Amino acid sequence: MSMNSKVPDGEIKDKWTKYKDTINLVNPANKRNIDVIVVGTGLAGGSASATLAELGYNVKAFCYQDSPRRAHSIAAQGGINAAKNYQGDGDSTYRLFYDTVKGGDYRSREANVHRLAEVSANIIDQCVAQGVPFARDYGGLLDNRSFGGVLVSRTFYAKGQTGQQLLLGAYSAMNRQIARGKIKMYNRHEMLDVVIVDGKARGIIARNLVTGEIERHSAHAVVLASGGYGNVYFLSTNAMGSNVTAGWKAHKKGAYFANPCYTQIHPTCIPRSGDYQSKLTLMSESLRNDGRIWVPKHKKDVEAIKSGEIKAVDIKEEDRDYYLERRYPAFGNLVPRDVASRAAKERCDAGYGVNQTGEAVYLDFSSAINRYGKEQALLKGLDVNNEKTVADLGKDIVKSKYGNLFQMYEKIVDENPYETPMMIYPAVHYTMGGIWVDYNLMTTVPGLYAIGEANFSDHGANRLGASALMQGLADGYFVLPYTIGDYLSDDIRTGPISIDSKEFDEAEKTVVDTLNKLINNKGVNSVDYYHKKLGKIMWDKCGMARTEKGLKEAMTEIKNLREDFWKNVSVPGEVNELNTELEKAGRVADFLELGELFAKDALDRNESCGGHFREEYSTPEGEAERDDKNFSYVSAWEYKGEPSKAELHKEALNFENIEVKVRSYK
Amino acid sequence: MNLNLKIWRQKSNSDKGKIVDYPISNVSEHMSFLEMLDVLNEGLISKGEEPVAFDHDCREGICGMCSLYINGEAHGPDRGVTTCQLHMRKFKDGDTIYIEPFRATALPVIKDLIVDRSSFDRIQQAGGFVSVNTSGNTQDANAIPIRKENADLAFDAATCIGCAACVATCKNASAMLYVSAKVSQFALLPQGEVEAKERVINMVNKMDEEGFGNCTNTGACEVECPKGISLDNIARMNREFLSANIKK
Repeated sequence: MSMNSKVPDGEIKDKWTKYKDTINLVNPANKRNIDVIVVGTGLAGGSASATLAELGYNVKAFCYQDSPRRAHSIAAQGGINAAKNYQGDGDSTYRLFYDTVKGGDYRSREANVHRLAEVSANIIDQCVAQGVPFARDYGGLLDNRSFGGVLVSRTFYAKGQTGQQLLLGAYSAMNRQIARGKIKMYNRHEMLDVVIVDGKARGIIARNLVTGEIERHSAHAVVLASGGYGNVYFLSTNAMGSNVTAGWKAHKKGAYFANPCYTQIHPTCIPRSGDYQSKLTLMSESLRNDGRIWVPKHKKDVEAIKSGEIKAVDIKEEDRDYYLERRYPAFGNLVPRDVASRAAKERCDAGYGVNQTGEAVYLDFSSAINRYGKEQALLKGLDVNNEKTVADLGKDIVKSKYGNLFQMYEKIVDENPYETPMMIYPAVHYTMGGIWVDYNLMTTVPGLYAIGEANFSDHGANRLGASALMQGLADGYFVLPYTIGDYLSDDIRTGPISIDSKEFDEAEKTVVDTLNKLINNKGVNSVDYYHKKLGKIMWDKCGMARTEKGLKEAMTEIKNLREDFWKNVSVPGEVNELNTELEKAGRVADFLELGELFAKDALDRNESCGGHFREEYSTPEGEAERDDKNFSYVSAWEYKGEPSKAELHKEALNFENIEVKVRSYK
Repeated sequence: MNLNLKIWRQKSNSDKGKIVDYPISNVSEHMSFLEMLDVLNEGLISKGEEPVAFDHDCREGICGMCSLYINGEAHGPDRGVTTCQLHMRKFKDGDTIYIEPFRATALPVIKDLIVDRSSFDRIQQAGGFVSVNTSGNTQDANAIPIRKENADLAFDAATCIGCAACVATCKNASAMLYVSAKVSQFALLPQGEVEAKERVINMVNKMDEEGFGNCTNTGACEVECPKGISLDNIARMNREFLSANIKK
């Protein structure tokens, strides 16, 4: 069956404006009688909750953290894109649209991406009005930086804490509505199922994580803003609690899951150090504005570094291989993330990795320090040939740009990145796949919406840097609040949704039975034991390079691991109390199902595109080979009782406004 | 290295709670403090005991979820970091480490090392925002230039992560550093000016109502703040509060 994306007719640049002018609205008096549940309070969920409440709907917002301000959007570092063209460097809505579609390797929906580019400028206006302290220049105007995969400077930032500042902006907008009673906030609550009445999403079952109580919440529509599923790999840059449970439960209740195999492996993360490691830490892509990535040219230097005979700074300029600049001269160190990650893997697989595990490359700031230092020395009338003066001045500039990131690196690795190059390696960071949604951001279940990273829609097979913040806020502030009205206009006479129905009874029973099963299992292995095993299968066989053989093995191994989990997992404590192991167990149980669908999706896609790289489909030089003739579609999977039995539905992707080309950054 | 942990265990808010000894061996200096606790918990689970409950999420020092009072210091002996970024290389073989929750009347213990910080949210709800709707019709972001100096100071104040280390550290359990960070952020920006008076009065009143103590300028909060929020913000808030009351 092919999918109907409900993209409106007309010229791409007019679609959204015309659509907004013609869809149904709910009048202000009626909005007061309509309830909306929002699950997750990151950039997407927080901004949606605030805006829906401002419009007059009664919002119930849920987060598993102790405050909505702690959602993982807070950890986004580098920035947010917007087609403001403040730099006068030729940026435009079309260019942002074009870069995003190209960066996504032509696997995203044109109309959604264009809408995203259109509303991007408004996001910056909105955030400044909320008091978000973006970086400014000495003239008092907003500053910009560049990110990977583009040739303009369109990224707005607040040092290396842009996500934090934007999220606190959305959080403040939420607080204003919580104070007015328009948002009822449920902290430390986790959604464990969606309730469907007469074919429509009408509520959720949630667990109060402090008391363990199971609660029923009803609404006229349910919005999932529950983030991505990168933690299926166990080690990722996601927060420890980030999970797929809300999305997966929705999938099992009829929402199709799209492109699960599109995962972003971020090129610049701190390499792992030992088996006890619980998570990986990202070093912002913004560092690639000024950092140069290299490995030694000669194996003898690699060995000397590993044995401690020499240090990175001892290797002469001509003995360094700046492999991104060598392979991709046009974009150099600022190639998109998927390209940069694969290039690092290629060098490390070839034996040029620079730490004990052989999985690390250098990110070096010495040229930048020198360049900035000379500029400052000139400006200040100091001696440009005095190495110490130049280095000190240069370090000050680098510190002002990336100070918190350098400090974070030093705390974790115990090395000073101003003096010696950073060591980095790719790590799982973001998932482009997610719940399938149409142009309205509605899933295949009427009244159930998915926004932000939880949906699949805007980034295709690879997301460009600084676009996640843009998408989260675009969905929450400027898209969903309009499109949801069209659906809710049919509900103005419905009245409150009762929680005393057989649908709620059944959903609650399933949740309670599952929790009891986990707690009464009394097996021999901890939850983390299974999560780590799953992570290893995913990283080895569904990671940066995938093969038919590996993916088939992964499907079997994950299925077996899942069966073992339900036989032998051990969850201490009680159901009716704060029980962190029980929370984890439920999440890992869902990851054990998602992982299998992930491998199935990767196996089905016989091409390489964006974050999905199949070794069988690559050029002799190791570049990805996309197959537009056979795979220019979105894979939307329907749940059929087992992940392996999921049924594929296709949404054809048509590109009318962009010429589909081989993606080249050379 | 081998360590002797002394950890606060408390079943629930109504339970009395006590310090329990947990010896732990083979701790690597490269582990983070929370990874060390993960290892301890894995061991407890394998023995069929209940793991130690503690708050944590991003594990990169920005979400503000982790807490812990370690050997009498909020977020432990290192400076400028949260507990999740504290590494075991700051300790040595044979050390005894006391691990307690953040303690204050306004931060009641929920379980073991987890405390309830919802009072922090309620203070923000009293005025920590600019009343502007998400209409999409706000003026252009560059319409009002802002002096870089003020923008930078506003940013520095805005980097508060709301972890409550300042309260846990303060002998008066005062939340002045936390509240003043938000008041300062908006006081330094033209967007915040319109509601400045009501904001500072409402937030300070709420802070008092929630049971936080007053400030006696010991400066301990600034020392323990993982984000280096400056005491200048408290001075700025006092000025704002005074002038708001005079103008009233």
